Amino acid sequence: MDFLIFQVPMLTVQATLDGVLLGILFALIAYGMALQWGVMNIINIAQGDLVILGGYIAYFMYLYGIHPAWGVIVSPIIMYFVGVIIYKLVINKVVDRDLFISILATFGISILFMQLMNFAFGADVVLANSGYGTTMLFDNSVTLPNSKIFSAFISIVFAIGLVIYMKKSKLGRAIRATAQNARAAKILGVDTEKVYAATFGINAALCGVAGALISITFTIHPYMGLPYTIRSFMIVIVAGLGNLPGVAMSGMGLGMFEEFADYILGTEFRIGSVFLLLVLILVYRRFKLSKKREYLK
Amino acid sequence: MNKNNLILYIFILTFGIAAPFIFPAFKVQLSILCILIILALTWNVQGGEMGYNTFGNILFYGLGMYLCASVQVGMFFPLAEWTEGGGEKTFVHTPTQFFQGMAVGLAVAAVAPAIVAGLIGYSILGLRGHYFAICTLGLGVAAGEISGGIEIIGAGQGFTTPPFPNIGSLEARGEFFYFCSFIVLVLTFIAIKAIYSTRFKLVLNAIRDNEDKAEAMGIQTMKYKIIGWMISAFFCGLAGGIMGGLVGYIDSTDVAFDGREMGVFMVLMAILGGKGTLWGPVIGATVFHIFKEGFWTFFLGWQYVALGVLIIVIVIYFPEGIMGWLREKYPERFGEVVDEADRKAQVELK
Repeated sequence: MDFLIFQVPMLTVQATLDGVLLGILFALIAYGMALQWGVMNIINIAQGDLVILGGYIAYFMYLYGIHPAWGVIVSPIIMYFVGVIIYKLVINKVVDRDLFISILATFGISILFMQLMNFAFGADVVLANSGYGTTMLFDNSVTLPNSKIFSAFISIVFAIGLVIYMKKSKLGRAIRATAQNARAAKILGVDTEKVYAATFGINAALCGVAGALISITFTIHPYMGLPYTIRSFMIVIVAGLGNLPGVAMSGMGLGMFEEFADYILGTEFRIGSVFLLLVLILVYRRFKLSKKREYLK
Repeated sequence: MNKNNLILYIFILTFGIAAPFIFPAFKVQLSILCILIILALTWNVQGGEMGYNTFGNILFYGLGMYLCASVQVGMFFPLAEWTEGGGEKTFVHTPTQFFQGMAVGLAVAAVAPAIVAGLIGYSILGLRGHYFAICTLGLGVAAGEISGGIEIIGAGQGFTTPPFPNIGSLEARGEFFYFCSFIVLVLTFIAIKAIYSTRFKLVLNAIRDNEDKAEAMGIQTMKYKIIGWMISAFFCGLAGGIMGGLVGYIDSTDVAFDGREMGVFMVLMAILGGKGTLWGPVIGATVFHIFKEGFWTFFLGWQYVALGVLIIVIVIYFPEGIMGWLREKYPERFGEVVDEADRKAQVELK
């Protein structure tokens, strides 16, 4: 444990910037989770594995000589269909049932994906090199890879695009109606089955975008999925369902927390501190609510 | 207890004692089976009877594993030097030291997780439903990640547990660990059967069915939830301690806090057998273990794929488990009064 961060104040700026840029990516994944949680009332443990799968799509484009940034377009298209297929095979059977059933079923999907990716792509840590170079700030004391700025920018573009799509388009209206009251939507002629499939597909597509960006900016590995699931779950419960500015803010907050934990506690405790933070947040909210004799619903 | 049951219990007990001599090649597998049954039985106290679906019982299992091994080493030799590498070759436990260490270690491995469960229970068990599930999932993974960063218990490179002392017979190691796990299994079963025959089980079921109502009826639900969790933690810790000795090597995320394997297995076994029943987890664990050992070799390398598919299929198509299926088929065997005319009418309806 070293406290380098207190001796070099510029590292604070570095960690903050890194954290914010990272957090925007987390917020994008969390947005997908909030969407399908709100609409279908399902907690998808395989969320992180969808992200990693999206990342591998970009990585393979990189391997075949296509610039990985195009993965931002290709990966969501493929992932949309992957999401719809998962919905048709598994999720539509657990939509109306107990939440724990959906957690366990998606846990099964997560294990399945993890292992299939391990076979298909190997157990190495990989990254798709975008060759974007780095920007130096403050007399070269803060280094900022351009790929991080690129990924944050793309995430914001996709998030805003999706918000507009949800507001304006017919499908977006149908999704919002189903989220409010599935039965009423059905009566009024919305094909909820289709809406659910589309929602899960959109969620998977968002994961695909995020995964492609992660493969450019950071590294991917078949077993790295679960932390992304936990991060997005955490962001959603802090922000609440349907609170988009909240999702963005808590995403950035989480990103900064992680970067600082990395510097202060050491890299080996980084993932552990994320999981511990989840426990602490839940316990904090539980005590806050229990004063009013309520509980997290 | 009627006569049939008594015969059944005596038969199982005799079989359990004779098993390592009848199947000497399968001693390790039988010990693992005992451990799996213990884990499924204890998971069922939360998941089945209380309706609190936990992924966090792996925390107590891993804690027990690390504590037992640490105590066993630390009682006689410096722990830091042992884990730094090669310690198990420099320091050798004499048989007396080994068994003394094991006994004290198991005691610690049982009591400490129970205390931990009691301490964190008040905070964690206030959560409900899926929040509890995800929170305990986080707890298990966090424990694995954090213990993987602690130097004195081997950090990332793992912890070799004391090798079994040479006491003459080559068979002794397998028999020792088998009887350890079998005795713990019997104790677990007796304890859980005992608490299931008291008011305690009724309270747990009341919590599962409607916690607010149970509270309104004047039951201090939190107290019962914590006690239930402590009982589970006690036996999970014991199981972990034995498993650590049996495997001979502890790794933070692959052996001790192995949420991807043991953590899911215990849930799956209880659901497969039928949650909320006494015998369900036992049957589920046995079927699962036989399936796993029988078919894992065919799926060599594809085990996790098979496991993932198995989870999905069991959860979606078979959520009531084997006991639930039997209950539907032979309700009178489960003490339900069946009206013959009613049944005929139902058959005709089908």
